[in-house]
Amino acid sequence: MPTSLVQRCNPVLALYVALAIGAAWGLPFLRISPNRLLSGEPIYLWDVLLQQGSPLVFVLVFDMAALLCIAVWLPKGRTIQAWVILAMAAGLAGVWLLASQFATSAIQAENPLSRTALGAGFWMLSAMAWMIALDAIDRLQLTTLRRLLVQSALLVPLLLLLSEGQHLSIAKEYANQSDVFGPAILRHLQIVWSAVLPALVIGLLLAWRMTQKQRLRQTLFPVLNVIQTIPSIALFGLLMAPLAWMAVQLPALGQAGISGVGMAPAVIALFMYALLPIVRSALAGLEQVPAEAVHAARAMGMSARQLLWQVELPLALPALLIGLRTAVVQTTGLAAISALVGAGGLGQIMFDGLFSAANELVILGVIPIVLLAMLADTFFKVLSSWIVTSP
Amino acid sequence: MMIRFEHTRKLYEGATAITDLNLDIQQGELLVLLGPSGSGKSTVLKMVNRMASHDGGHIFFNGQDINSFNVQDLRRRMGYAIQSVGLFPHRTVAQNIATVPKLLGWDAHRVQARVYELLKLLALDPEPYASRYPHQLSGGQQQRVGVARALAADPDVLLMDEPFGALDPVTRAALQLALKNIHRATGKTILFVTHDIDEALLLATRIVLLNQGRIAQVGTPLELLQQPANDFVADFLGRADLGLKQLSLRSIAPHIQAIEGKDPIHAIANTATSREAISQMAALHVSTLSVTDAAGTVLGQVRAADLLENQHA
Repeated sequence: MPTSLVQRCNPVLALYVALAIGAAWGLPFLRISPNRLLSGEPIYLWDVLLQQGSPLVFVLVFDMAALLCIAVWLPKGRTIQAWVILAMAAGLAGVWLLASQFATSAIQAENPLSRTALGAGFWMLSAMAWMIALDAIDRLQLTTLRRLLVQSALLVPLLLLLSEGQHLSIAKEYANQSDVFGPAILRHLQIVWSAVLPALVIGLLLAWRMTQKQRLRQTLFPVLNVIQTIPSIALFGLLMAPLAWMAVQLPALGQAGISGVGMAPAVIALFMYALLPIVRSALAGLEQVPAEAVHAARAMGMSARQLLWQVELPLALPALLIGLRTAVVQTTGLAAISALVGAGGLGQIMFDGLFSAANELVILGVIPIVLLAMLADTFFKVLSSWIVTSP
Repeated sequence: MMIRFEHTRKLYEGATAITDLNLDIQQGELLVLLGPSGSGKSTVLKMVNRMASHDGGHIFFNGQDINSFNVQDLRRRMGYAIQSVGLFPHRTVAQNIATVPKLLGWDAHRVQARVYELLKLLALDPEPYASRYPHQLSGGQQQRVGVARALAADPDVLLMDEPFGALDPVTRAALQLALKNIHRATGKTILFVTHDIDEALLLATRIVLLNQGRIAQVGTPLELLQQPANDFVADFLGRADLGLKQLSLRSIAPHIQAIEGKDPIHAIANTATSREAISQMAALHVSTLSVTDAAGTVLGQVRAADLLENQHA
């Protein structure tokens, strides 16, 4: 039976390539303006390449296009997938290098205050290069740990070239604000930990009680589900008034730093959001513990506590880790919003950018949040794969 | 006296599950609790280690009321094996066997030595098996580990609830033999629940036949077969082949005579039961068989008439 065209080629890659070509053609790669306040003139990728003027650049771009076309038609070859991954790592570094060299020459040719901002075309091309590389990595069918290693290796050339981009607008914004990033990251982590750790402990206890008491499950799950549907900004806001009131009534709370604004409403709201995935996965994990193993454990003289620590929790752990991963990633993202109630963190940088119409600053706030979430996700994936393969 | 039931009663959902049970179990007995489904045999077993509570009367363990023990201490002194085995899937064979010794706080050396001793006792080579996980074992091997785990802390009593019920006939026979040897070698008191009459006749030093929560008859396997107390006992044991079952309890050894005349054509091992000898005679259309020992030396002959008539030997 002849296989159809769609089955033989790689339609996903074809779509990514088409989007990348469209972005290179139709979206501004950079925007250049005489100073920070004015909005910029669009510069397209083609202009940047022409200005670069080096034939080597054209040869490389042509080679990459050829490689991707071959990869679309030969989705099964592992060698070609490896080449695609390498090419995309080079491509990610390449667009950054092009942008940074353009920025350097703009400063030398025009004026030292001129700003070269990264445009939609740049972001789209980078995103497509990343997606194409992920698709190629999936096709290599590696084990979890190796796949994660290759994924992080993709960013290595880009990281090595970061210092090249100092004349780009985004680097200047970073230089202006560089002292706030360290504390912001620490504060962000602090918010996440303070919400997830109690959610883990309490969620586990609740799930454990639920295995014994059907009533608790029937009352608690609807509540947790409803909390999950409340928009986060609304929940932060809802908590402000009662917390402010409590701080006034009980000065000890106020002195401990608990008030209507700041960490307290943020951590409490995020804790409530984190409970659902943790309770749900812990319960699923505890319920799949074989009943005969529990029966045997009790008959051999294990106390309820020994049963929990030695039999039930270890057997529930793989399922629990999935829920914990969801909770950590979700909380890392939601913690950005908590800057609105004065909790600080990376969301603060993001909102500073939004309110001062500095798009680059918004991106500077968002990138670390995304990286933190990805790191957490990766950490739990590795932990899960390690735990599942070890027994 | 190891275990003593005194007017023990058990209610289950309002109805009486066990009615006025009186039973003494001696040190070293392999007592089989036999009966149809719902006769309460499993409940009697579970009341001993308080996995089920009793609602009236008393149960004594080593002369002390079981309710006066800390429940965990009581259970750690009694080995427990069940049909579904209930091995811990996240622990290796060695860790599974070590469960109760670890709970009792044995040091690592002693635990390790005991685990290896038990693996050998149950014919599992420690080299590959100690570090395997339960899902890597066959059903028979899992139950061997289950029995080893029950024996681990050298308990006073071994409680076994239809432990071989889910195994195929060949594996079951091998494990029955292993249990018999363990009982002979260690002299442990064993309470064994089954609904399989042949298993009961093979293993028991004494059988307690239960019906609807009451004892129908207590006695040795031979006593039950020769003098069934009532119609229920006779029917349950299989009225039609009570005689054949009696034969299965006897060895042919006492009936071996010197060979008169020419040698019988067919031979049988001197370890065979009378039932096996009669069955072989029927299949071969002969009435005498020569008897050989393990080395193949002819010891004499047995005749069908002697095996069938001389029933009190």
